[in-house]
Amino acid sequence: MSTLNPARVAREFPSRYRLEAARCDACGAVSFPPRLVCPSCRGRKFKVVPLQPEGKVLTWTVIHVGPSSHKHEVPYALAVVELADGVRITCQIADVDPAQVAAGMPVRLEFRRIQEDGEAGVIAYGHKAVPA
Amino acid sequence: MRDVAIVGVGLSRWGEVWDASLRTLWTEAALAALDDAGLDRVDSITVGSMTPGLFVGQEHLGALLADELGMAGVPATRVESACASGGVALKVGFAEVAAGLADIVLVTGVEKMTDVSGDECTAALAAAADAELEVFYGATFPGLYAMMARAHMARWGTTREQLAMVAVKNHRHGALNPHAQYRQEITVKDVIEAAKVAEPLTILDCSPITDGAAALVLAEIGVARKLAKGRPIVRVAGVGQATDRIALQSRADLTTLPATTLAAQRAFKMADKGPADVHLAEVHDCFTIAEIVVVEALGLCKPGEGGCQASSGRTALGGELPVNPSGGLKSKGHPVGATGVAQAVEITTQLRGAAGKRQVKGARVGLTQNMGGTGASTVVHILEVAS
Repeated sequence: MSTLNPARVAREFPSRYRLEAARCDACGAVSFPPRLVCPSCRGRKFKVVPLQPEGKVLTWTVIHVGPSSHKHEVPYALAVVELADGVRITCQIADVDPAQVAAGMPVRLEFRRIQEDGEAGVIAYGHKAVPA
Repeated sequence: MRDVAIVGVGLSRWGEVWDASLRTLWTEAALAALDDAGLDRVDSITVGSMTPGLFVGQEHLGALLADELGMAGVPATRVESACASGGVALKVGFAEVAAGLADIVLVTGVEKMTDVSGDECTAALAAAADAELEVFYGATFPGLYAMMARAHMARWGTTREQLAMVAVKNHRHGALNPHAQYRQEITVKDVIEAAKVAEPLTILDCSPITDGAAALVLAEIGVARKLAKGRPIVRVAGVGQATDRIALQSRADLTTLPATTLAAQRAFKMADKGPADVHLAEVHDCFTIAEIVVVEALGLCKPGEGGCQASSGRTALGGELPVNPSGGLKSKGHPVGATGVAQAVEITTQLRGAAGKRQVKGARVGLTQNMGGTGASTVVHILEVAS
């Protein structure tokens, strides 16, 4: 079952194409992607801010049994990355031997192809992290 | 609030049960529990099931299964909370009896997982993670738990061998359980050298894909005393449930499970007990690292000491605090929606003193912990022999 419905993919463009995040007016916490309620203070007013694309690997794995959407990429490194403004994201670590990935490794987000729905369907983009 | 007891338990066949459908498995478990209780009627039915829509293209399980049991007319409700669906179905059934909405409730859980391909099964299970923030980028559940494992190893010095010992222990227990899906013992070397799934986890760190159903009959304690037939009465002494941020990345600490801690605190408070009062536990070892983090989160050991619980023998049968005497999800099997109910079946069987070769001697207080996703939903029950 593909989850790459065109409207669903397009809805995520602001965060996945432009790294748009939201800074809570009340407490300053940055949410990525933007949401309606701040998870830190339940504030409801935000300003759109660009996400800082530099960060470091907090924890990681190398996936050998992948989902059908990413099967062609195994083995691939997947990590939780903490960015400079405290936001954490889950993404692949690309352009590096997966065996070389380690906690604390400095990385930078890049705009990359993430999934495609067959040869004629939607291509979905997002970010992967690469060694900084 | 009225006191509630478990008066009947039942399991269907578990494993890769090619010749049985979801409805057949469920009915096997329901009939076993009703026969065990000596009842042929109930006031209400709850069904824990994670995603029968994705696994077999069937929703609306409440009405379907009441009908299947010849009980059309009885209120029946499906409860969903990912892999914690069964435990939450028990909580809902408990609440109905405690509140006086029903005197007798049939609490069930079911999952039929082998009618789809491995890829479809992975996708169905992944639906319990964050679709946009995790699954879109290639995360799988073994991958998410593997990242928890790496973080736990980095922070506390937990070793690869300690992870493996959880699987070794639970297979040793499962070998004593006629109901377990995998009844062979395994070694640390077997686990470490098995096919890699998501480093550092191998296939033997992961619970299997299982078809199965489990059922309990709950009754108000006065009704339960009339049905006891000389058996110990098992009372539901404490119930606790909690949630957490769903995506692993959103947790402040990647090595703890705050929802499990919160749920346990609530259940212990209700039962007027603490971790030191527990004689045995059935916990959600969907991956080896899960049991390690869960025993810490429940307060059954100190933070950071989860890794040595299985390797020291403390949580093995014969140890100070046996954990997963049934074999756990790892060896007994993990039909996701059934698991939370099956844990209570095991604890009830143990508290009745009827667990055969895997009996925990003198068990009077037991705990179940059932969680969904990477721990964003947790439900804890404390069961005890009523005086």
